[in-house]
Amino acid sequence: MNISDTAIQTTGKGMGLVGKRLRTSDLVQALGFACLILCVLFALFFLGSLIYFITAKGISVISWEFLTSVPRRAMTRGGVAPAIVGTFYLTVGALSFALPLGLACAIYLCEYSPGTTVVNIIRLSINNLAGVPSVVFGLFGFAVFVKMFGFGVSILSGSLTLGIMALPGIISASQEAILAVPQSYKEASLALGATHWQTIRKVVLPTALPGILTGVILNVGRVAGETAPILFTAATFYTRGYPDSVFSEVMALPYHIYALMTEGTRPEVQTGIAYGCALILLALVLAISALAIILRQRQRINYGS
Amino acid sequence: MAPETKISARDVDFYYGRTKALKGISLDIHSKQVTALIGPSGCGKSTFIRLLNRMNDLIPGSKVQGSILMDGLDINHPKTDVVELRRRVGMVFQKPNPFPKSIYDNMAYGLVIGGIRDRDIIEQRVVTSLKKAALYDDVKDRLHDSALMLSGGQQQRLCIARCLVVEPEVILFDEPCASLDPISTRKIEELILELKQDYTIAIVTHNMQQAARVSDYTAFMYLGELVEYDRTERMFTVPKERMTEEYLSGKFG
Repeated sequence: MNISDTAIQTTGKGMGLVGKRLRTSDLVQALGFACLILCVLFALFFLGSLIYFITAKGISVISWEFLTSVPRRAMTRGGVAPAIVGTFYLTVGALSFALPLGLACAIYLCEYSPGTTVVNIIRLSINNLAGVPSVVFGLFGFAVFVKMFGFGVSILSGSLTLGIMALPGIISASQEAILAVPQSYKEASLALGATHWQTIRKVVLPTALPGILTGVILNVGRVAGETAPILFTAATFYTRGYPDSVFSEVMALPYHIYALMTEGTRPEVQTGIAYGCALILLALVLAISALAIILRQRQRINYGS
Repeated sequence: MAPETKISARDVDFYYGRTKALKGISLDIHSKQVTALIGPSGCGKSTFIRLLNRMNDLIPGSKVQGSILMDGLDINHPKTDVVELRRRVGMVFQKPNPFPKSIYDNMAYGLVIGGIRDRDIIEQRVVTSLKKAALYDDVKDRLHDSALMLSGGQQQRLCIARCLVVEPEVILFDEPCASLDPISTRKIEELILELKQDYTIAIVTHNMQQAARVSDYTAFMYLGELVEYDRTERMFTVPKERMTEEYLSGKFG
């Protein structure tokens, strides 16, 4: 780098040498650039082929009946509506637990917490919590919610387990969004005679909201797709109808895929249905991500100059 | 016939942790006059005015000593209501900092947090303050557009207007023109001269000419100490201290 920089400065003295060196560095740059493009194409290829295979194999089973009716004949006929509904309940349940709690934690950590050592320890713990494998959350949920609290295998137990799993993600997304609010906004608010709490509620949170929502929604996508946490806490292999209370066990899309692929007596039919479920799940998660992108876009329109 | 004193600081020391940023500052800010604080970067002029509305409370590990009285109210007394104090002592910052809300909501903010609900009163005070800040004609057709769409100078005048809404007695300006172009700067200066009829004003500036143009009194600070404090025209013509003279003539800065 340095050599070619000097070479450019001394242009006019030794033209031949300079030209050659420039050509070498150009070549290195072109090569590096090509490598990067190749890597991007590689990643895109896997993403594209995943979507292609799931769609190609799953699209044939998708029909109005598949989306709206209950499974029949040991899951080889009928639809997967209870699993879609179950996933919806679990996700909403997990969110209504994790969002208020996570937001409160984030506000405390960013705005109210005392000395930095304490905050750092808490932050470290939260990050570690994010690294815990999801099956461990599942076992924890089984021990605590199913057994100890006696909620049984139910929507409630599953939602709480998923909620705890989503908590670190929601806390750190909210923290980032809150910390990104410029100090000058807070100063302006305080200088006008607002209390700390008024400043948080009327200036900090509204400004951070789009960022918080984006983070939350991305976590929702993850919650909807997790299998391990609901394995022992909420999901059931097969129900004839829909859940009637928070203490009912439910079918859920990810677990249904697992069940179709590992149990039952007609694997050739079941595999097709599993791909159908995978396609629905994929569509669901992509739709949720799209929502996040739209929110971010609206944030730019509202707050950009 | 010296004007009456609005704020009186006596032997004020201020510490950021162990660093002593202000050393025994004593000065009086006179009612309905403009007091300028000048001096090189790091001399403590911003630190000093941020003591007057207790914005330094936000800095962890900071400590104040000495007394600052406003109309007899001990500003630093633990029982002094900071919220009430900040409603009486408004502040305009170095960088225009409107909220990412509409112009109208920016203006109404101070009233809403103060518990005023009546829409007519809010609207009336918003319009009055915008007029006082000479911004009303610029924005009257787009009060509900984002404040961030305004130019830098307009944003700063919005911040001044936003501060006027809560009807303060004192307005602190912390280098209000530092990020503005000369034309916007002139408008802000004209506005300050206008406002001094009704408000007590303290302005921090690193621009000596600005101090000469807008202020009645000037305080020259250096390394946390108050070197000289006098009427502006006297300070700029016959400074008592040699250091003031050297600073004003550009020998250091």
